[in-house]
Amino acid sequence: MSIDDLDGVFAALADPMRRQLLDELVGRGEASASALAVVVPVSRQAVLKHLNVLDDAGLVTARRSGREVLYRARPERLQATAARMSELAARWDERLDQIKRIAES
Amino acid sequence: MVTDRIEREIAIAAPPQRVWEVVTRAEHLGAWLGDAGAEIDLRPGGRLVLHWKDHGTAHGRVETVEAYSTFAFRWVTFGGDEPTDDNSTLVEFTLTPQDGGTRLRVVETGFAGLAVAPDQQEKHLGENTEGWRLKLDELRTYSESVHA
Repeated sequence: MSIDDLDGVFAALADPMRRQLLDELVGRGEASASALAVVVPVSRQAVLKHLNVLDDAGLVTARRSGREVLYRARPERLQATAARMSELAARWDERLDQIKRIAES
Repeated sequence: MVTDRIEREIAIAAPPQRVWEVVTRAEHLGAWLGDAGAEIDLRPGGRLVLHWKDHGTAHGRVETVEAYSTFAFRWVTFGGDEPTDDNSTLVEFTLTPQDGGTRLRVVETGFAGLAVAPDQQEKHLGENTEGWRLKLDELRTYSESVHA
């Protein structure tokens, strides 16, 4: 997961409507944009736009079922974000070790 | 758990003056942070450039210079050359004398404050958002709720 991906996740979650949609998907397991548009105060078109942003960030996945497209949440993406932050912390440990080595030599 | 702050420290058996040199001088920055050289204008607002053999070049801006005690810079984590609050994270080193040596602490912050670049903003978000900031605790709570 690159820093840009990390940013994509943060950007996607910045919008309260997208967080609500993600919550709905977590609760329902799977839902179409039409079904989601019933529970939020925006149009199906607007819901689709938000779902696309979530999809780009890897936070939802879509599959076709007959004439519908069903969306499902991918909470593992948030775990990946946490893992990425741990990696960045490990990098600082390495850098501090190098500083120590140079300073003590 | 997702956290927006990285904090690490280490004990070094060398005085703060020596550690300060290693942390702030181009010859050393280009070895422990970059791996193919660095340039630095060591004063607030001064430019920082880091080179890597395999990863190109990163640009930064010196923020704080308090000799032998505090050194901070912003560096760009994606796109663009000039660090701003929206495209960079802040790295702050604090040197504290300890047992004849130095305790060196580094804190990197601002990951959750990264905003998307203007062109990406248009592509991803359209006109329905303006300069947001995601609160860290909000994301953490959210992350925990979807795993509950």
